[in-house]
Amino acid sequence: MDLSMLWYLVPSVVMLACGIYGFVTRKNLIAILISLELMLNSADLNFIVFNRFLFPGSMDGMVFTLFAIAIAAAETAIAIALIINIYRAIGNTDITEINKMKF
Amino acid sequence: MDITLPILILAIPITMFLVLGIGGVKMSKKMAGILGIIGMGTTATIAYTVAITYFFSGDANFIIDGVRQQYQVFDFTWLSFTDTLVVKLGFLLDPISAMMLVVITTISFMVHLYSWGYMEGEQGFQRYYAFLSLFSFSMLGLVVATNIFQMYIFWELVGVSSYLLIGFYYKLPSAVSASKKAFIVTRFADLGFLIGILLLSFYTDTFNFMDLTSNPERVLASTGGASFMGASVLTWAMVLIFTGGMGKSAMMPLHIWLPDAMEGPTPVSALIHAATMVVAGVYLVARMFPVYCVVDAAMTFICCVGAITAFYAAVVACAQIDIKRILAFSTISQIAFMMVSLGVAYDKPIEGVHYSGLGYMAGMFHLFTHAMFKALLFLGAGALIHAVHSNNYTAMGGLRKYMPITHWTFLIGCLAIAGIWPFAGFFSKDEMLAAMFARHWFWGAWMTMVAGLTAFYMFRMYFLVFWWEENPHYKEHKPHDAPWQMSVPLLFLAAVSCVCGWALPFGELVTWNGEPYHIHIEWVKVAIPSILTACVAIALAYVMYHKKNDLPTKVKNFWPTLWTAANRRFYWDEIYMFITHKIIFNIICKSIAWFDRHVIDATMDGFAKITQKASYAIRGMQAGTIQAYVAWYLAGAVALAAITWICLI
Amino acid sequence: MDSVGNIIVYFVVAIVMVVFSFKAVTTGKILRAATYLLFVLLGTAVFYFQLGYQFLGAVQIAVYAGGIMVLFVFAILLTHRPDDSSGRIGSHRRQIGLTLSGVSAVLLLLALFYMPVLNGVSLAESLQAGNEITMHEIGEVFTGSGRFQYLLPFEAISVLLLACIIGGVTVARKN
Repeated sequence: MDLSMLWYLVPSVVMLACGIYGFVTRKNLIAILISLELMLNSADLNFIVFNRFLFPGSMDGMVFTLFAIAIAAAETAIAIALIINIYRAIGNTDITEINKMKF
Repeated sequence: MDITLPILILAIPITMFLVLGIGGVKMSKKMAGILGIIGMGTTATIAYTVAITYFFSGDANFIIDGVRQQYQVFDFTWLSFTDTLVVKLGFLLDPISAMMLVVITTISFMVHLYSWGYMEGEQGFQRYYAFLSLFSFSMLGLVVATNIFQMYIFWELVGVSSYLLIGFYYKLPSAVSASKKAFIVTRFADLGFLIGILLLSFYTDTFNFMDLTSNPERVLASTGGASFMGASVLTWAMVLIFTGGMGKSAMMPLHIWLPDAMEGPTPVSALIHAATMVVAGVYLVARMFPVYCVVDAAMTFICCVGAITAFYAAVVACAQIDIKRILAFSTISQIAFMMVSLGVAYDKPIEGVHYSGLGYMAGMFHLFTHAMFKALLFLGAGALIHAVHSNNYTAMGGLRKYMPITHWTFLIGCLAIAGIWPFAGFFSKDEMLAAMFARHWFWGAWMTMVAGLTAFYMFRMYFLVFWWEENPHYKEHKPHDAPWQMSVPLLFLAAVSCVCGWALPFGELVTWNGEPYHIHIEWVKVAIPSILTACVAIALAYVMYHKKNDLPTKVKNFWPTLWTAANRRFYWDEIYMFITHKIIFNIICKSIAWFDRHVIDATMDGFAKITQKASYAIRGMQAGTIQAYVAWYLAGAVALAAITWICLI
Repeated sequence: MDSVGNIIVYFVVAIVMVVFSFKAVTTGKILRAATYLLFVLLGTAVFYFQLGYQFLGAVQIAVYAGGIMVLFVFAILLTHRPDDSSGRIGSHRRQIGLTLSGVSAVLLLLALFYMPVLNGVSLAESLQAGNEITMHEIGEVFTGSGRFQYLLPFEAISVLLLACIIGGVTVARKN
């Protein structure tokens, strides 16, 4: 039995699908952010898998993943700062209540 | 000739306009007035210098073997549309433009000075001076135009300045409607002018006056005998160009704006609507004179229009109450006189008598003298209005004791316009009548009759204003002579009206082909009859009006319908109202309005409604819920992926 | 032929990742969701190790599982009481979410199974085909400006992170 690309891509697809589901259904901003991280993680995994199996001689996939992780960190930090600010303003982190331009 | 002075003639007024127009609100009235007067005075000095240089320096550019030349001081390209269609701006010096420079700057300077007293305390004093400068600039640009397109541009500019100045009292509804009327009527006429210009330049490939007039046979040949509706294209072009002149010079049937234009301040009437702008039509015909000479039909048309207008306006002037209206109709009549004079001029000697282009010289001479004495009369009327605060002679009467300066200057103006020797009008009118008699005895007789009417209505006004009976209101409000700013121009113009007829060798200076013409007065055939006619008319006016009696009422009741018709200007305004309101507005405009409202607007409304409905339907998608956006985005991405995949398989 | 150990590790990790992914998006308690996400991230790190990217695995654990998760936990503790549980998900929302995720998952899986190239190479072969990635190489990739070298993005990322620090502070600061 060989561990081929497919084996690694299936969990990635599952992660992506779970991420989409969570992103669309959850109301809590932090839960949405968690779903987002899931989707991002699945994309990272894809980069690595394609790099390893299709272009084993190069390391571009890995570099992209490193960049993605760095950007994810930045994005999360900003998002969490925003969430905390929103929490201060309206007292919770429910996305259904944040649909006005200014409050 | 150096181009500095000619450029300054145009540059100073436009600079004054900009300075007074932009900076006027910041400066005091006195300052604005003095600036305007100094500016115009400088321009006048320069214009005199240029004119004197042109006439008397003997420079080879200006005169060769005693024949005066046309000389383009400069002519630079302004717009070049194609190789042949090039619009230039330039400065043309020839006898008539040099003469017009003198006329315009003189009258304009007098009016600037006079307005300082007349407009004192008016709101918008600075604006008034700015507009006066704009007008002076436009009029000067018009007369020195080197090509017909430049003339058209300045033609429109004088129209605009006239519009602005007629509507100077923009809070008065009558002034507003008068300015609109003037603008629309002249604009309408200018449409004809423009079409004429296009026709002419299409066939001749040039706008330049010197090219057009130096060889009129070439112009005639270049149309190649093309004709339209039974008349040759050149005839159409020249008649259409004359239409523009009819509009500006208030010839029938486009005269209706000029009497209403008297709503503007009186000095403006003197400058624009008596002395300068309204003679632009005459000037235009004079400018194109050699071309008109080869188009007999257009010349006949000019003659007929002029003759009818002159008589009509003279009759109407006999039955007006408002003194400015009398003067306005008198202006129309006198301009028509000049038109007829140009119309009867021709360049062939007849039966050995050297009448060649006599009418041209006479028309220009009359333009000059008329500008002086009509400006004098208008400024005198302004002084009267200033004194009694009414335009109607019913509020005046017996004023000779109260306003001696105005009285004497006004009398000189009346004598000049009536054509009494030795005042200016006699000489120019005599030459015009001589030219008309030379063409055909009918023109001469007809215009002599008009001249008699002129003398009658002018002295009717003179006697009603200065004699008749003292108005009882004088006890409460004693009229007095105007301040020096107003008296000086009156005295100056009166002096000019006295002397310029016999002291000025006009025939030596201005003729159609530049060759000097020695004026000699034909006492027996022309001068004596015309003086006699004028004297009879004055005597009649004296009998009827010199002191209060019931003779005028009797005459009026002799045929009241005629009097009313003349008083109402033979219902021309009513006819225009009928045509515009009843026919054009009701039939054409209403259907257009219906189409606009129910078809064009409705289509647009339909688009708007569809857009509105659609946006109401889809606005839920833009509710600010991020997850909905993501859901839609994903759905789109999935759909795209699916489609791509299906296509690949 | 891959070693049995590798296959066992794969299965354990894959099952953990799938299960905890599900749990992370379905659990009502937000702190638990964060914890489940942590497991998923750790599982991914194990995959990275297994695929021969030791440095990346270490970064995943350090930055993601370490740094970002700590941020999450902080945020959660700042904005929720520990026993908070989010409200039930409306059936309408659930339907939309299920449809979207289901459709995209099905589409992707179909695509996966139709692609022959995906089954061509085994892990062992590909590991042998590529050289081991040394720290020296990684350092060169990030500091060179030649082909397949990423100095400029690296610098851009550093600026981005700086901006992010300042932005985070500015946004979250009490005024």
